[in-house]
Amino acid sequence: MNLPAPAQTAAQILDEPGAPVIVFDHVQLAFDDKVVLRDLTFTLIKGHTKIILGASGSGKSTALKIITGLLRADAGVVWVNGQRVDQLTEAQMMAVRADLGMIFQEGALFDSLTVRENVGYKLYEETNMPIADVDRRVEEVLGFIGLGEFINRMPSELSGGQRRRVAIARAMAFKPRILLYDEATTGLDPITATTVDDEIIKLRDLEGVSSIVVTHQLRDAFYVATHMAVRGRDGTVEIVPATPAKERQAEFIMLRDGLICFEGDADALRRSTDPYIQTFLS
Amino acid sequence: MVSFVNEKLKKAALEVQEYVRLVAAAFHALVTPPRYRHDIVEQLDMIGAGSLTVVLLTGFFTGAALASQSGLTLDQFGARPVVGRLVSASMIKELGPVLTALMLTGRIGSGIAAELGSMMVTDQINALRALGTDPIRKLVVPRMVAGVLMAPVLTVISDFVGIVGGWIVARFQLQVASSIYWSSITKALYMQDVWMGLIKPFVLGFVIVTIACHVGLRTSGGTQGVGKATTVAVVAGSVAVIAVDFFVTQILINLIY
Repeated sequence: MNLPAPAQTAAQILDEPGAPVIVFDHVQLAFDDKVVLRDLTFTLIKGHTKIILGASGSGKSTALKIITGLLRADAGVVWVNGQRVDQLTEAQMMAVRADLGMIFQEGALFDSLTVRENVGYKLYEETNMPIADVDRRVEEVLGFIGLGEFINRMPSELSGGQRRRVAIARAMAFKPRILLYDEATTGLDPITATTVDDEIIKLRDLEGVSSIVVTHQLRDAFYVATHMAVRGRDGTVEIVPATPAKERQAEFIMLRDGLICFEGDADALRRSTDPYIQTFLS
Repeated sequence: MVSFVNEKLKKAALEVQEYVRLVAAAFHALVTPPRYRHDIVEQLDMIGAGSLTVVLLTGFFTGAALASQSGLTLDQFGARPVVGRLVSASMIKELGPVLTALMLTGRIGSGIAAELGSMMVTDQINALRALGTDPIRKLVVPRMVAGVLMAPVLTVISDFVGIVGGWIVARFQLQVASSIYWSSITKALYMQDVWMGLIKPFVLGFVIVTIACHVGLRTSGGTQGVGKATTVAVVAGSVAVIAVDFFVTQILINLIY
């Protein structure tokens, strides 16, 4: 029997605005007796930001690790870029990870490598790109995050904020279309945290990256949701308050005991009367 | 009490299962691309050249002490001139491989467990995976190859300096003529002994490195966990070296003698 040709392929669908790039469908995970994710369902739309809030141990980072295949869900379905990933082997996940960048807590930079080698790691080690091109790309991304002069430093010679920004540079160097930020600003002072937030905003608005931001830092979550990056006529990038339409592209999820207890935009979160959310926001 | 023993047995079985899985994955990664050749070269240098000093010192003083002790015993039988035979046979067949392996466990095993353990607790291993690199190919295989290749080389060097150490003691303390010492060595050296001394280090090098990698990659619990992993790697590696040496010796005696 000849099946009718599909009107659109997955790749074509993903090229369209509003396409779902990450889908969590009733995902569950437990470690022995401890249930981490009870029933997590959400969708990340292309070019949007999903901000996952929650107390420590609520399952925020676990969700990111399931997306990248670092952990495997016990039940439920996970789609990344139109591909079902929850049953893939480690070797099969490598192809999915080519379009995923992850920024870990504390940066997770490779101690024995310089900033240049860290940022260009994937391109140097896992691709056939000529070294000169890799060097150029590394300098470009370090310039983008304003750390060009630190290219030959070791990670131990960087401050906490600089390490996080280098981690962002490493994650964006191979031009993934999805970036996952795991507590990227935790432990940083407000001024340094803002510089990291600015990079998240710039990547979303200037590079078209879809992102999931996991944090329990409310100040950073609202800053990312309520600001946007614009490029001036002289090429300079400015971070300005977001338009209402742009603000709606940042959706909040609040996790509590492995379940979603809130889902909506920044305005709806502020107006929520839920006692737990009120306590969290206060 | 029964449940405590059950838990311990289950834990031990799990460790063995994970170790076997790691070794199987490492062999699969060894024969399939991609391979990280520059990491292999780096590890050959770190494990080989980096361990040379400790192996030279250990081998030299072991040979010297062996000659000194043997001299006393051989005097009781008026057999002092055969001290070279005793030193060479002991060094080549047993002490060279085992002591070199124990030194490597202390230096390399602890280093690998600490390095991989630190990478585990700081999410660097997860970062590697997220960047599309298989940690077994990148971290375990180069160390395994370097351990298997460099342990025999270091053992041969250790054997040689041990025999030289024995010669110095034989010549200047026991007053045995150099010609008698060296001729007793060559006369007493059988090819089976040489094979015994050469085959063992391949196995011991493999055991040291794979145990250290296994322990390092199962590290959890922050810096305290790294310290614990380092200790476990050295203790488990040392015990394994002694035990594996016994079994390999039995197998080789049956096969080549």
